[in-house]
Formats: sequence, structure tokens, C-alpha cells
Amino acid sequence: MAMDLKNASFEGWRRENGRMGVRNHVIILPVDDLSNAACEAVAHNIKGCMAIPHAYGRLQFGYDLELHFRTLIGTGCNPNVAGVVIIGIEPGWAGKIAEGIAASGKPVEFFGIEQHGDINTIARASHAAYRMVKHASKLKKSKAPLVDLWVSTKCGESDTTSGLASCPTNGNAFDKLWENGNTLVFGETTELTGGEHLVAARCRTPEIRTQFQAMFDRYQRVVEANKTSDLSDSQPTKGNIEGGLTTIEEKALGNIQKIGKKCIVDGVLDKAEAPTHSGLWFMDSSSAAAEMVTLCAASGYAVHFFPTGQGNVIGNPIVPVIKITANPRTQRTMSEHVDVDVTGLLQKRMNMDDAGEALLDCMLRTAEGELTAAELLGHREFSLTRIYESA
Amino acid sequence: MTIHFVVHDEGDSVGVVVVEGLKAGQPLTGWIMDQDKMIEFQAINDIPIGHKLAVRAIANGDTIIKYGIDIGKAVANIGAGEHAHVHNVKTKRW
Repeated sequence: MAMDLKNASFEGWRRENGRMGVRNHVIILPVDDLSNAACEAVAHNIKGCMAIPHAYGRLQFGYDLELHFRTLIGTGCNPNVAGVVIIGIEPGWAGKIAEGIAASGKPVEFFGIEQHGDINTIARASHAAYRMVKHASKLKKSKAPLVDLWVSTKCGESDTTSGLASCPTNGNAFDKLWENGNTLVFGETTELTGGEHLVAARCRTPEIRTQFQAMFDRYQRVVEANKTSDLSDSQPTKGNIEGGLTTIEEKALGNIQKIGKKCIVDGVLDKAEAPTHSGLWFMDSSSAAAEMVTLCAASGYAVHFFPTGQGNVIGNPIVPVIKITANPRTQRTMSEHVDVDVTGLLQKRMNMDDAGEALLDCMLRTAEGELTAAELLGHREFSLTRIYESA
Repeated sequence: MTIHFVVHDEGDSVGVVVVEGLKAGQPLTGWIMDQDKMIEFQAINDIPIGHKLAVRAIANGDTIIKYGIDIGKAVANIGAGEHAHVHNVKTKRW
């Protein structure tokens, strides 16, 4: 029997800005690569918080720096986060990120290492983390309608079974969530190549279509300007080719199945930009799994759908990533990475509506706290998108 | 009944093998998804799971159709039942 989404609900954490979260993380967020060690020490000292180390944050400038700030601020503002401790090599940029996160109303404290040293900074930040985890542990869950759940999607290590079954399963669920009024996003700009006209045709207005096309064309120019071959081995990847995908066009047509048959593209987003209303958004983004999921998290999405063919193992520190596969070999050899098994679709043992319902059921269980495969296995890939070289 | 390969649309020139260990000459059952039709076929190569087999003869330079849409071009003649992949199919983009 079809799930009644209008009356479906989940228990999560209502944040200060009204957004619903499905996890209650306290994160220790470095501004830059140099502050990873201090953040990891704090996360070791205080139980129940998590450091999110990354590789960048020094000598970036212009749009690339703006994106760095937007991604870190967005990560802190994500409703799956209860509180944030920020550490930077110096307090200026740390304070700027703290200010951005504080606008969401949630607790945030920041620290600079210079003129204090790691040990003193770790001590001060550990006290802050202690207070923050204590605070987070006292927050009560509350019930919210399903429409308050923001869901993102991106597939990875795709193969031909992705286009046949796991991406259409995602599409079936997205059609139902879109009709329910949920806030959704997809992206992977170059991975639409060969099917971009199909996405353009699904844009709600001529203005949105023009914006989408401009984003697509800009990314094509990046590929054209930098390629040294036809990108065989990169798009499709070695894993895609092992899985039977031959060309970018074939991969794109499989990828596009994720937006179903009914969804309309209601707007476009820049990387890590937060949507301003409900509906399906297209985000101009990399197709690399960890980069794209990191950007979705920074835009405020609380749960992620991840169809895979060959078995991408990705997770995210703050957003539960739900894996769906239709490949029987992947299910046989690496089932510990799979949350929703839709292999039955290829043998007609399952129909697409049942598969979509199975994914929505898993989504609701995940929203209520059931851990995903990636969470159980400790996958916390946090990967910042760079636009160009540092100064 | 085991489905050995799946074709998205009956206009497609290729189908996808969905079982492991498919051998040349083995009698195959195929499912054309969009029209929900079953077909019988034979492969002329061993084809790994997930890889494509040509469901009709394709000439060098012909467009390969999957999902009812252009996914690239043949760069060699491909016989009906032959393995179609990076050795005989290329992108038209980039």
C-alpha cells in the first residue's frame, strides 16, 4: 500500500531557525588545514563531538574563498548540527565563520591558535566543546511533518544497473517527495552531458532554463579548456567502465533518472547556496561524490540518497547517506555498504513503486535515528570544492 | 525464470547484461522494460555483468541508441549479440 506522505511525520530536532535536523552533532570545525590537529585533539578530549578535518583554507581569494566560507558556514548551519566550535590559525577568519553560523541562532564559539599555541587553544576549545555537548545532549526531539525534511541526491560508482534501476528508484521517491512539497536537490553539472536537453525541458520557467543552461555551458567550457583527452577514465570513471558504462552520454542518461518522471526543476543554486523555497533545485556542482554531498550538506539538506552500481562507499560527517543498489554482484560482495537493495527490479521480482516505497521507508527510519551503512562504517568524507589555485 | 539482459526501450540497439558469468552461445532471456516484452537471444561473446550486448547489427559510425536516445557512436562494426563497450563505442562529446 502506498505510503501516505501528507500525513507522514518524523521525530527530529527543531533548530533555532525552524529547520528540522535528524542528527544532533556537535562539530569541531577547522578554518584551515593547519587547525586540523587542534580540532582532532578537542574531539578526542570531549566525548560526543566530532572534528571535521579538511585540506584547505589558506591563501584562497576571490570567489574560491567566498565558496570556502559559504561551505563552512553552511556546514555549521546544517540542522543536523546542534553546536559548533571553530578553530583557525588566526581568529579573524574563524570569527567570520562563527558570525555566519551564529546567524542561524545556534551556539558557536571560535578560537585562534596564534599567540596561544595548540595546547592552550585545545584546552580553551575543549571547555567550549564540553559546554556544547552538554547543551546538545539536553535537547529534546519533536515531531515534524515529512515536508520539513530536506533531501538531496547524487549517485556514484554508477554502472548500467544505476540507470536501469537504482536511479529510477531514486526518481520514484523524488517524484513522491516533490508532489508532497519537500525541498530537494540534484546536481553534477558535467554528468548531465548528453542529457542536458532533458533537464532543460524540465525547468519550470524560461528564466530558470536560461540559468540552468548558463551553468551547464560554463562547466563545458572548463572541460574544453582543460581536457587533454575525451575524458575517458575520468567521465566515465574507471569504475563506471568496469561496470559497463561506455560514454558520458550513457552515464548522464542514467544519472538523470534520479529526478523521476514528474519532478520539475523549480530553481537553480550555486554551490553550497541554500534554497529559498521548497521544490526541486539543481545545484551547479562537481560530480565527485564527497564534494557534491559536502555541498548538499552546506546547503542545508538533512538526508542524502545515493544510488550506486559498483559500490561507492561514501558517507558524510553530518548528513546520513542512504545507499541504493540494483547490482546483484555489489549486493553479493559488499552488502555492508547497501541500505536499500533493489536488485529484485532487474528480475521483475519488485516493481518501481515498491522500490520507491522501500527507499522512502528507509529514509523515514534514518530520519528517526536508524544508522546508515556509511555511518556504521565510519565514512565521514568532507571534501571542499576548489575553483582555482591559491594565491 | 532468470532475466539475463534488460533493454530500456525496444528502439535501442543495445541491452545490459544483469547476471554474472554470461557465456557466449548461452540461450538468453531479455526483458524490454518500457514495452514490458520478453525476447530470446544469444550472445556471441562472454559478457560481464553490467556490460552491453548489441541486440542488432551496428555498422561502424552508426549512432548507438539506449533509453531511446543517442549515447555515442560505433567505431567498429558490431555484430548482433556482440559485446559493445569502450573498444567499439565512443562518446560524441568532448
